[in-house]
Amino acid sequence: MSRRPRDRDIIEKIAVPADSAADGGGSTLSRRSFLKGAGAAAAAASLLGVSPAEADVSAPNPPLAGSAERLGPGPAAFNLRINGAARTVAAEPRVTLLGVLRDHLGLTGTKLVCDRGACGACTVHLDGAPVASCMMLAVDARGHEITTIEGLGAPDRMNALQNAFVSNDALQCGFCTPGITMALSAALGANPNPSPEEIKRAIAGNICRCGTYPHVIEAALAAAKAARGRA
Amino acid sequence: MARRVTLRLGFEGELRDVVVTIPDDEPAPWQWGEKFSVVGVATPRLDGPLKATGRAPYTCDIQLPGMLYGAILRSPYPHARVRSVDLGAARRLAGVRAALERSGATIRFAGQEVAAVAAVSPEIARDALRLIKVEYAPMPFVVAMDEASRPDAPDVFESGGNVGSPHLNEIGNVAAGFETAAASVDAVYTTPVQTHVSLETHGAVASWNGDELTVWCSTQGIFGVRDDLAVHFSLPPENVRVITAYLGGGFGSKFGAGHEVIFAAELARMARAPVKLMLSRAEEHVATGNRPSSRQHVRIGAARDGALTALELEQHGSGGIGGGSGSAAPYLSLYRCPNLRTSEHNVNINAGPASPMRAPGWPQGCFALELAIDELARKLNLDRLEMRRRNNPSPVRALEFELGARAFRWEERARAPKARGPMRRGVGVASAVWHGIGASGPQAQCVAFRDGRVAVRIGTQDVGTGTRTIIAMVAAEELGLPLSSVIAEIGDTRYLFSLPSGGSMTAPSTTPAVRQAAAHLKGKLMRLAAPALGAEPEDLVISDGVVRVRAEPNRAMQFADLCRRISGDSLAADGEHVPNYGGYSMTQAGCQFAGVEVDIETGIVRVVDFVAVHDAGAIVDPLTARSQVNGGIIMGVGFALFEDRRLDPQTGLMVNPTMDDYKLPGVLDTPEIRAYFVEVANGITNTGVLGLGEAVHVAAAAAIGCAVADAIGAPVRDLPLTPDRVLAALGRV
Repeated sequence: MSRRPRDRDIIEKIAVPADSAADGGGSTLSRRSFLKGAGAAAAAASLLGVSPAEADVSAPNPPLAGSAERLGPGPAAFNLRINGAARTVAAEPRVTLLGVLRDHLGLTGTKLVCDRGACGACTVHLDGAPVASCMMLAVDARGHEITTIEGLGAPDRMNALQNAFVSNDALQCGFCTPGITMALSAALGANPNPSPEEIKRAIAGNICRCGTYPHVIEAALAAAKAARGRA
Repeated sequence: MARRVTLRLGFEGELRDVVVTIPDDEPAPWQWGEKFSVVGVATPRLDGPLKATGRAPYTCDIQLPGMLYGAILRSPYPHARVRSVDLGAARRLAGVRAALERSGATIRFAGQEVAAVAAVSPEIARDALRLIKVEYAPMPFVVAMDEASRPDAPDVFESGGNVGSPHLNEIGNVAAGFETAAASVDAVYTTPVQTHVSLETHGAVASWNGDELTVWCSTQGIFGVRDDLAVHFSLPPENVRVITAYLGGGFGSKFGAGHEVIFAAELARMARAPVKLMLSRAEEHVATGNRPSSRQHVRIGAARDGALTALELEQHGSGGIGGGSGSAAPYLSLYRCPNLRTSEHNVNINAGPASPMRAPGWPQGCFALELAIDELARKLNLDRLEMRRRNNPSPVRALEFELGARAFRWEERARAPKARGPMRRGVGVASAVWHGIGASGPQAQCVAFRDGRVAVRIGTQDVGTGTRTIIAMVAAEELGLPLSSVIAEIGDTRYLFSLPSGGSMTAPSTTPAVRQAAAHLKGKLMRLAAPALGAEPEDLVISDGVVRVRAEPNRAMQFADLCRRISGDSLAADGEHVPNYGGYSMTQAGCQFAGVEVDIETGIVRVVDFVAVHDAGAIVDPLTARSQVNGGIIMGVGFALFEDRRLDPQTGLMVNPTMDDYKLPGVLDTPEIRAYFVEVANGITNTGVLGLGEAVHVAAAAAIGCAVADAIGAPVRDLPLTPDRVLAALGRV
């Protein structure tokens, strides 16, 4: 079936180095040349009989984005800081931050739902600010402090917001819950005394198909109140 | 062996004694005035901490060593023959471990399955799909219901004729009924195709060990998936194990083993490695089911006092290449009408098949019927709530109307003069009826361990309604234990059989089996305790975790001490759902009141508040029950205002298979919701619990539609109530 090209698909293709293409194309990226380049890169990988995932990943950690680095198309090793710990990942540069968290690191609390930044289920913190991890390449998260739902608390030591979610039943099937929790926890960090309207704006980008929003608002208010009580 | 018991049943204002016959080993049904210690107490769901911390393992979270990722190639054509499929290049791509084609398939909708691959990463699996060469022979197609109904339309199926023969219901004499009517309405109402948009897409993880297959599956019915897989692979059912520990939404779309489940298992067998195959969001919209469209031509007449004299429905609906598009049910049961005729036609189009969706047919039918009643009430100059009271067959709903009107301030708000500025407020009310009485089949096991804990095990699944929690609460209640002593184990076909979680059946079907199992376990435990306490088993009671001699409460032992007397590892007992006893009532009434605000300059509708009053029998957990009410109404806001699957007539493709172009209600679209339950002791089972999930969704969109018509002084007869339609109804575009 037809799918609209997404930003990420295009980014994947731009990430293919020009000199890996059979036409040895220059650095000018016309639509035609990057499409040809992408096809040739896939062909080159299969001719070598090396799958991208199986390729040598012992390369040194590449420099940060912004400098003249080349990554891919095969897996590259790079470091991420996740929940306060350094993690080394070997992933193709086209893999999203969400893909690395879930498929490479087993941090499956962050959910894939819309795959285009429209639902908030994949929300994580990048240096404390909420971002859609499905809209970001993992390599672009290098050098940033990433926090996932696993970093906020555990079942036997939940934080105040998670406790409030449970006691107010701010979850039903629970699939949107990690994303909403991450969005709210960033908002409460920035504004410890939010109004119901401010809470709504903080989670306006999070879709819950079970329709749990009223209890989420109650939970956020309760958590904020509890935090103020301790302060 | 059976015994007769007399039960006090009904609700405040209408209580009566009912004699029911129950099996000897069945605990007597809970009745009016029952005293509970666990049931009825607002209780946070037991799996809340796992969900709130991201640790609950959903199907898509399962990771197995050596696991591959599957992906499906789908047809870009809405109607075609597949001439050939060449998997060669895809198979040769490094990292691809298996590929298959769906043989002999005629494509009947854009997005139908053609082939599938499994590879070492999701990215490579998608690359491989692009390398599959398919030769299609496209055929004429039709994706609009009105076009499909024309005699010269392309046939969706070879058998020809897209319009099915009508399904008829007829009571009395409609023509005569219209002759006696003082006023009547004749209008056409339409509703769009709505998709389920479960946040977790359909999918499975399949793993073979010899000829034993284990499948983690995003399903509402683990045993149905097990049986489908057993048939497909010619295995005895016990060789197939299906696990659904956590489910990210289903809403009726996840029954049975779909193509993605079969493909995952096929690919896993070919690759000799576990395969995870989760659908993309676009696939989920296009291929996994939907609520069918409807076009409802309604004629309705009433006498001067508002009593309905005639009601007629000529309905067409399309569930794509599936059926199930009828919407007559509310016409047949919401209100009393002596002369009634409904005719439903299913129309095939080249679009993905419908599947059940939260109260199938009801929100569509309810919207058209309730809006027509409002139009009729206006012609008769009657209050719209009064019109409904006059035709209401349910004594429970009569009380609900009274409670709801008071909470909503209906009298005052319905009569308030309209503002003169651009923001117009309006109110609406609509009725609901449901039949969440459950069914027989479920069997449960209760196990006491030597450490004093009790496990409830049943092969049901929690679709997000709180099943885990309420079955634990029922067991704790019956055993006289604190809830913290009970663990609930569900979502695995290794447990005893239970029904699929659909039709609001789970709570009413599982709780009686669990209660009976707990009662049987209690009997065994009392026999164990009796010698130690020097009493007969029937003289013992348990409450708050202490076993006592009823007449001498000081002769007691801790439940945990009793459990240490268990020989071996544990003591187990089974229970089953006994067929319904009839009891007080087999239906459950509800009503919902909506307040809206409409900007008549932009046409934008905002739902301001809702009052919902419902009968769910015995409410086990008021906290999770309120969550369900909120959810049913908010999904109704989506159906009323936003959701609309759009197909391009030129290509047959869905143009909005996303979560931004397919509009869903968010928190800013959510009204203030007040939920009330009318406690009804119905005695239909030993718990009298009724299913709530669908009852709370039936009337929501209808109440909003009625409120919008009230706000702007004109009905908008087509859902969703988008700004252009609102402005058109106002004559402004």
